[in-house]
Amino acid sequence: MPEILERRTIKHSTLATTTHVHAPEEVERGRLRTEEMVLNMGPQHPSTHGVLRLEVVLDGEIVVDVIPHIGYLHRCFEKHAEALTYPQIIPYVDRMDYISAMSGEHGYVTAVERMMNVEVPEKVEYIRVLFAELQRIASHLIAIGTYGLDAGAFTPFLYCLRDRESILEMFEKTCGARFLYNYMWVGGLSHDLHPDVLGMCRAFVKVNRETHTEVNNLLTFNHIFVERTANIGILDPLVAVNCGASGPMLRGCGVKWDIRKNDPYSIYDRFDFDVAVGSNDLGTLGDAFNRHWVRMLEWEQSLNIIEQILEQYPRNDMTDVQSAIPRRLKAPAGEIYSRTETPRGELGYYIVSRGDVKPWRVKVRSPAFSNLSILPLISRGYLIADLVVILGSIDIVLGEVDR
Amino acid sequence: MTTVFDTLHEFLVSLLGSGTLSLIATTLVYAAIPLLFIILYGLVAILGEMKISAWLQDRLGPMRTGPVGLLQPIADIMKLMQKEDTTPRAADKWLYRLAPWMVFAGSYAVFAALPFSAIYIGARLNTGIFYIISIGSLVVVSILLAGWGSNNKYSMIGAMRSVAQIISYEVPVALAILTVVVVAGSMDLQSITNMQSGGIENWFLFGGPKHLAGFGGTMNVILIPVMFVAFAIYFVGSLAETNRVPFDVPEAESELVGGYHTEYSGMKFALFFLAEYASMFSVGAVATVLFLGGWQSPLGDTLNGPAMGFVWFILKGLSFVFVQIWIRWTLPRLRVDQVMYVCWKVLIPFGLAAVAAASVIAVALYS
Repeated sequence: MPEILERRTIKHSTLATTTHVHAPEEVERGRLRTEEMVLNMGPQHPSTHGVLRLEVVLDGEIVVDVIPHIGYLHRCFEKHAEALTYPQIIPYVDRMDYISAMSGEHGYVTAVERMMNVEVPEKVEYIRVLFAELQRIASHLIAIGTYGLDAGAFTPFLYCLRDRESILEMFEKTCGARFLYNYMWVGGLSHDLHPDVLGMCRAFVKVNRETHTEVNNLLTFNHIFVERTANIGILDPLVAVNCGASGPMLRGCGVKWDIRKNDPYSIYDRFDFDVAVGSNDLGTLGDAFNRHWVRMLEWEQSLNIIEQILEQYPRNDMTDVQSAIPRRLKAPAGEIYSRTETPRGELGYYIVSRGDVKPWRVKVRSPAFSNLSILPLISRGYLIADLVVILGSIDIVLGEVDR
Repeated sequence: MTTVFDTLHEFLVSLLGSGTLSLIATTLVYAAIPLLFIILYGLVAILGEMKISAWLQDRLGPMRTGPVGLLQPIADIMKLMQKEDTTPRAADKWLYRLAPWMVFAGSYAVFAALPFSAIYIGARLNTGIFYIISIGSLVVVSILLAGWGSNNKYSMIGAMRSVAQIISYEVPVALAILTVVVVAGSMDLQSITNMQSGGIENWFLFGGPKHLAGFGGTMNVILIPVMFVAFAIYFVGSLAETNRVPFDVPEAESELVGGYHTEYSGMKFALFFLAEYASMFSVGAVATVLFLGGWQSPLGDTLNGPAMGFVWFILKGLSFVFVQIWIRWTLPRLRVDQVMYVCWKVLIPFGLAAVAAASVIAVALYS
């Protein structure tokens, strides 16, 4: 064999740590001998949305198999949590799903409060839901914007980030942080709502509805975009349920399941909103387009919820937001599984307590992790370009996948 | 008419005497004019791309370098020149180094046959448009060299896509060009431009030269739809030939990182970049000559002439560049199989129909 060809031979690593190794096979096709190629996408790649490595087995440009390799952002959250008191864990929770830190905090404090039977003042609940919904919009704006980037459209991304900026401004005014807040505390909040925020929120809803229409016109109903995303990565509802998919991934294939409706927490039962599900209008139920479409609809529903909060918010309630915070945070011995709906799906905390100030064990059921596990099942047989679009439609945050 | 070449030759003869030396010097200086143009235009286009995209995206764009960021392209070029010029260890070194020069040579060579004005055309060939189509194919070879030479899977996939795409799209582009050539009866770009004198209504896009047609030019109306179809095909095809959005699959950054130029850095990358921008102008320039009257003024004899010719020609070419930039920042990217579908199943059938229709009409009107 000439030297140059020898250099080009694919050497496949068979590390014992790799759970699944797909050795390249030689395929006989007529008299031409072709060979499958292993392509490493990531951890440094523009569209793996962080430090995800995909081991892609290719036949030409067709994806034969995908093996996601995770763990590049593993920070031992669960082990750390065992050494920290309950309030000390909250900043670590922020750093799991860093795109929607508020939602992560909301889930965690809800779990601990349920464990300790803490009654939270009504005003605090309103602020929490308001911020959780604003965070949902912010997170979906990033998901939709980067999804446009994956499909090659750059401009909608900047329109989305422009609107996300005003959400971050509201957070910054209230708690001083723009990204990792440590805002929701067990039994209360770190700061009261800044007096300007309600007005800013009202202005934001008006502007954001226009952006919603604009993004729809520029991206969702763009013929090229629909051609790119419709009918690829079709996820069967049964597979989705069996794999533990949740959030837009599950609703995209027509399953009407939203923790906010099906297992209400906080004060979500007071608001009137629809659970967005995919449809067969532009693509097939369960395809990449429908996951995007569900996010677009959820964005609108979140705006509806925010409008209702702005109407119902107890303006004259002068309760101190820290009044219900227990002096000594000590959960009674026992265990709890509490789940909330984050922008990515069902975020569950399983906490075991032995009556100490620290939890004995914290297990996180991460929606992005379960959703990512479906990637190999729905991307076999498509092209590389489709793989990028399918991965983008899952909307993973590696901080949450690896924890 | 005294051409730029004559003036230049006279000047250099006065310096160097009337020997072979002055002729060689004239040729070299004359050939450097498009090069100078490409570099100056490159600066404008890079700034234009940044500022237009910023304008479309509700941003300011570069603002720090010079007044309102006007010196940004110069800063960018300085940066690219200072960057380390790396060659991957496993690369095929000669092919890797040759590719950027070849791709630039291909783009530059196209400028030799572009009639910038009545007094300036690099080389007046009687098969000018044919020369442009063929020399443009040099880009395909060099992209394949770049992809193979880099010894990188992303580069290779990008290069393969690029070759498949550019070769496919040469067919509809050639058909669209043929539509005009059949009506004009010439492949010489200078005479095609001369034909379209006398204002906007004589441009091929709007029915072709009426003073040369039968029936006093009244029947040229039937040529207009054919020419619009040909123009649309040419424009879409030219986007694909220059790897611009929505046909930028060879360098799709979300899939292939940088496609065939993933491994390139420093000046080698700058050459790819400059070549892409040069091709953006040259495809626009060809469209200008074939459909929009080349250097002719749209107002007939007003503002027409050798000097204004440069202005009109560059202005028309730049407006094509503007539209390409506009499209780039608006549309998503097609998938590689959809790119092929558009070419073979949409553009080529319409292109064949346009050529057939134009041939019949040309016989009826111009023979």
